Formats: sequence, C-alpha cells, structure tokens
Amino acid sequence: MNVWDNEFAISIMPALLKGFWLTIQITFVSFAISLAVGLLVAIVRFLKIPVVSKLFDFYVSFVRGTPLLVQAYIAFFVLPLWGMGFDALPTGIVVLGINYSAYCAEVYRSGIEQVPTGQWEASRALSLPPARTWFRIVVPQAVRPIVPVMGNYLIMMFKDSAILSSITILELMGTSLQIGGNYYMYLEPMTIAGLLYLAISFPSSLLIRRLERRLVPAY
Amino acid sequence: MSPHTDILHTLNSPEPSSDIEISFAGVDKAWGDNHVLRGLDFEVKAGEKVSIIGPSGSGKTTILRILMTLETPDVGLVTVGGDTLWNVKPGEKARETKQTIATRRKVGMVFQQFNLFPHMTVLENVIEAPIHVLGLSKKDATERAVDLLELVGLKEHMKHTPPELSGGQQQRVAIARALAMRPRVMLFDEPTSALDPELIGEVLNVIRRLATTTDMTMLLVTHEMRFAQEISDRVVMFDKGVVVEAGPPDQIFKSPEHDRTRKFLEAVNPY
Repeated sequence: MNVWDNEFAISIMPALLKGFWLTIQITFVSFAISLAVGLLVAIVRFLKIPVVSKLFDFYVSFVRGTPLLVQAYIAFFVLPLWGMGFDALPTGIVVLGINYSAYCAEVYRSGIEQVPTGQWEASRALSLPPARTWFRIVVPQAVRPIVPVMGNYLIMMFKDSAILSSITILELMGTSLQIGGNYYMYLEPMTIAGLLYLAISFPSSLLIRRLERRLVPAY
Repeated sequence: MSPHTDILHTLNSPEPSSDIEISFAGVDKAWGDNHVLRGLDFEVKAGEKVSIIGPSGSGKTTILRILMTLETPDVGLVTVGGDTLWNVKPGEKARETKQTIATRRKVGMVFQQFNLFPHMTVLENVIEAPIHVLGLSKKDATERAVDLLELVGLKEHMKHTPPELSGGQQQRVAIARALAMRPRVMLFDEPTSALDPELIGEVLNVIRRLATTTDMTMLLVTHEMRFAQEISDRVVMFDKGVVVEAGPPDQIFKSPEHDRTRKFLEAVNPY
C-alpha cells in the first residue's frame, strides 16, 4: 500500500500555499503590534509612574502567565458574550500581538538598561526634552543589541501563529487541519505544512545568528 | 587676527551678568553616612576661571553635578546668574521646578567619559540640542556647529561617528557640543582623566583657549595641577565636603596655608 499520495499532495498545494501566505501576513502584522505595544509598556514601566507602571507590571505578568491558546479562546469565544465580538482574523492578530508584546517589553527593558548612564546625563546637560531623549538617544541605542533576540521572537511568533487555527482562522495550520478532516488524510497536509514552516524558520534563524555577530559588539 | 575670533566672540555675554555667577549657600549632600558636601558656601564671580582640586571622593564632582542638575542637594540654596537653581529647605526634598530647568540652560558640562552619542555623527551630536532645545533652524545650527568644530580642530571629522575618533578628539567634540548651547557657565569634570597621556595636550589647548579668550565662567575639576595653576584665576582646595582653602593659583601651589593642602600637593606631585 502506498502511504504517501503524490497526486493528493499536489492537489492540496494551492490551498496550503494560500494558508501559508496568510500565516506570513498574520505574523508581520502581529509582530508590528507587539513591537509598538512592547516599547510603550517598557518605557512606562521604566519611568516608574505611580500606579500606572504597576498596572503595566501586572499586564506583563498576566500575559506571560497565561497560555496563548487560553487568551485566544477568551478573546474569540468569551468576549463576545460581553458584547465585544470581532471577526476571527483581527481578533487573532491582536491576541498574538498582545501576547508577544509582553515578551518584547522585557527584551526592550534589557536593551534600555544597557544604555550607559552617561547618555542620559549628556541629554540632561543639553536640556533635551524627555521625548527627544527617549526616541533619538536611548531607543536607537537600546534596540541595536536586542535585534537578534527580537528576530528569534519573530520566528517563534511565526510558528505560534498556528494556535490561531483553534479560533477558526484558516492560516497554514488551519488549512491543513481542514484538509485532513475532510479527506481523513493527515499525512500529506501536515508534512507539507511542517516543511513550509521549516522553509522560513530555518534560514531565518541562520540569518539571525549572523546578525548577532554583527550587532552585539557595538561601539 | 585668528580665523576663530568670530566664533569665540559669540561665546561672550552680550551684557555682563550679575557680579556673582554661581553661588552655593549652606549646601549639604550625603549618601547615607557619606557626607560629600557639608554646609558648603562657595561663590564664583562672572567670568572667573576656577579650578577645584582635592582628593578623590572629596565632593568636587558633586559640586559640578548639582550645578548641572544631575544631583540634587539635600539642603541649601544654589543660584546661577542670580536665578535660583535649587532651593531646598531643611526637612524638604529637592524639587525640580520650571525655574530649575530654565536656569540649567545657562550651564554646560564636559564629562570625564565624553558621553557623546555614539550612533550619531559628530555634526549631529553638535546640532541636536541647538535645534531641539534652542529652536535654531538646521541651517543656523549647522553653521554654528561647523564654526565650533573648526575651533576645536575637527571640522574635517564632521561626518564621522564618535567611535571612529580618538579619545582626545571625542572630548574636543564634546566641548564643541556643550559650547553650541552658548552656556554662560562651563563645567569641566576631570576632562582629561580618561585620556591617554599623549592626547591630553590637545584637549587642554582647547580649554586654555576658551579660558583666555572668552568671558564665560569656568569651573574645572582636575588633577592636572600645572594646567590649573596656569589658567585659573582662583584655585579651591576641597576635602571632606568643605573648602579647605582658596586663593590665587600661585599662593595655593607655592605657599599653601593648610597642612592638608600641602600634603595633597606633595602626594600628587612628589618630585
């Protein structure tokens, strides 16, 4: 008996590639959200504003302390009960972005802490306004050494986006599950899906390792 | 006439400010049990060039850091050009007010470790604050920066980044960056301590030039005794949070009144 059905594999390729393309789009939009929200969270926590910074501390603990799958279920199946229902795709993108923003905030923090005190003091001695100090002096220097770590998070997010299949999004994993369920044939769609994930994540991780060598011993 | 006369002239005050430029009155500063300033009373006249000498950890740098608002006094009154920088009453905590921020702009500082912005070019370092704090146009700020970089001998390095420069060159850029804000008071915090010996001269030359040709008030914390003697109007010997003695350089270096000054000078200059 033939285990692998080549014709079947070829016939499902268009659907899988469509899902693959959606996975890539989800990853980039979610990652942009987590980079922006994470930076905001990191700065607010760093400023130690009474109450507000504590709330953001809680935000990070909460998001990091609960599984992405649970967060996705709550956002998609529970929030609508409270009148906050959105389509699956935007919900999934936001959940993934929020989830990773907590991790990004921690990475930003380590980057910010690496900026020498002298940089803050020079900014102050020149009377640079706080916003200018943050975005022209501190953040550009904080980001450089953390680019490789952020790159690894991007790859992890790319793979974690598969969890969004559980809230009916037909990205690569969702599409594979649907094909598998319809034909009772899981081998081909799952194998191809795995290879497609690998085709992106493996070269990317090599690229990040090279970046690491170039960026980290800065200045 | 030297080509730098114009830019040096712009550093001078359009109108002479009040006679006393810097004043500390009853200033205390301590970290735990470590009292770095004890009821400090200290004045510097407008245009005066003052060197502060004394053992490490004696609070010399703290005087500069309080003037630059990098530290707050525990108690005391600090004024610059007659305006209040800090006014902390006993039992209160220092508060940074609008007045503090406005007064701070009269002060510029050069750090031991240069503290240039490493991700920006030399030119960008110098024009950043004039554009974003003083509101100069990019063109005007650049003109001013180019003149100042020429003054410190680094015009041709304008497009380089600080990590590409030697320590002496970086410190000269840092001086230009501080001058671009046209401060009335320039603070030099051990500006040559982090430099290789052969690079010290080029930085001292720039400071000497400023000291002899501008009417800026200058406060220099240094271990370069010969330089302090040469450029200062007055030398202040500082130890354990208080002024031990102060006077013209020749008096302090040649016939100090206090034992502590004599011992310190012997220790730094054993030959």
